[in-house]
Amino acid sequence: MGDYIVLIVSCIFVNNILLAQFLGNCPFLGTSKKMETAVGMAMAVVFVLVMAGLISWITYHFVLVPADLVYLRTIAFIVVVASLVQFVEMFLKKSIPALYAGLGIFLPLITTNCAVFGACVLNIDFERTFMEALVASFAYAVGFGLALIIFAGLREKILLARVPKPLQDTSIALVTAGVLSLAFYAFKGMV
Amino acid sequence: MAKSVTHEFFKGFWEEIAPFRLVLGLCPVLGVTTKMQFGLGMGLATTFVLVCSNLLVSSLRKVIPPKVRVPCFIIIIATFVVLVEMLMQAYTYELFLQLGVFIPLIVVNCIVLGRAEAFASKNGLVLSLADGLGIGLGFTISLGALGAFREILGAGTLTLWGDPLLNIATYFPGFQAFTFMVQAPGAFVCLGVMLCGMNMLGQK
Repeated sequence: MGDYIVLIVSCIFVNNILLAQFLGNCPFLGTSKKMETAVGMAMAVVFVLVMAGLISWITYHFVLVPADLVYLRTIAFIVVVASLVQFVEMFLKKSIPALYAGLGIFLPLITTNCAVFGACVLNIDFERTFMEALVASFAYAVGFGLALIIFAGLREKILLARVPKPLQDTSIALVTAGVLSLAFYAFKGMV
Repeated sequence: MAKSVTHEFFKGFWEEIAPFRLVLGLCPVLGVTTKMQFGLGMGLATTFVLVCSNLLVSSLRKVIPPKVRVPCFIIIIATFVVLVEMLMQAYTYELFLQLGVFIPLIVVNCIVLGRAEAFASKNGLVLSLADGLGIGLGFTISLGALGAFREILGAGTLTLWGDPLLNIATYFPGFQAFTFMVQAPGAFVCLGVMLCGMNMLGQK
């Protein structure tokens, strides 16, 4: 049990997927201008990342390894992620329209979200077991959501500040992300 | 207006220089630029994928049905990424280890898919080649510059393919490395400051 707690803390804070591993930075900057979109994106990522983590793990260990096709990992995972996203979209549209209305526009974006793909690859690279991969995927996704929502809050405040012209928009957002990353960096001693 | 090959090539260096103007493909930009050589290596790998996928997408643009074009592009890109992965594993193993997860991640690099979608699927072979090369090299230069900036400040050295080119300590004996720059938070701050510098230059 203790191992899982260490893993969770490490994936959420110490190796935060956005601020320490640098995965998924395009949606991080793209959807953090408003709190609403940030929350939507965070939810969509939690939803898809956990499933993608599981399915990619199963694909790797029960299809690619026995068939000796490990070198096709990249292609296999991208196909898994892309079709999973499509499937989730269709499923939500049909059976849970309320959730679809909230997450809908973010789902197609997730196909090219490197956080999802990266987490699947990291699970394999670190040779995690099935349970570990499940827990780690969830923790990565929570870390993503946490960082994204905090950052969206910060950016809403920045709108009220007077920023020098060349620093405006993306530039100040990146510097702010640096400060936020510094805060997460402080967890490094914990694990 | 007829599109000229030289224009398509050179726009990648300033007008549409990848990570700065089009804020796309940021993950490798932030993740691998702790040293100049990692930045350059990553940039070259991306350029290779970009050029090959642009060429293939452009030559197949009349065959691929528009409705399923994005999955087709992704499969094409993924194929070349696997190729790069295997080539780098065979010939530049050290670099391959250092870049780690970011090599397979070229698949989801928005720049590559963005160029396939926005340019190669609408233009001929030669133009697509010029576009891929230009954007790719512009990306390589940006990554190299950011890597050089961070390496000089963060470690006080500049290395290229394992050979030290420059050591600040020989010029300024009291130099203390500013390690913040090579760590995660420094990446964001550096990129933000460089973008600010580019905006200042562009405004004149």
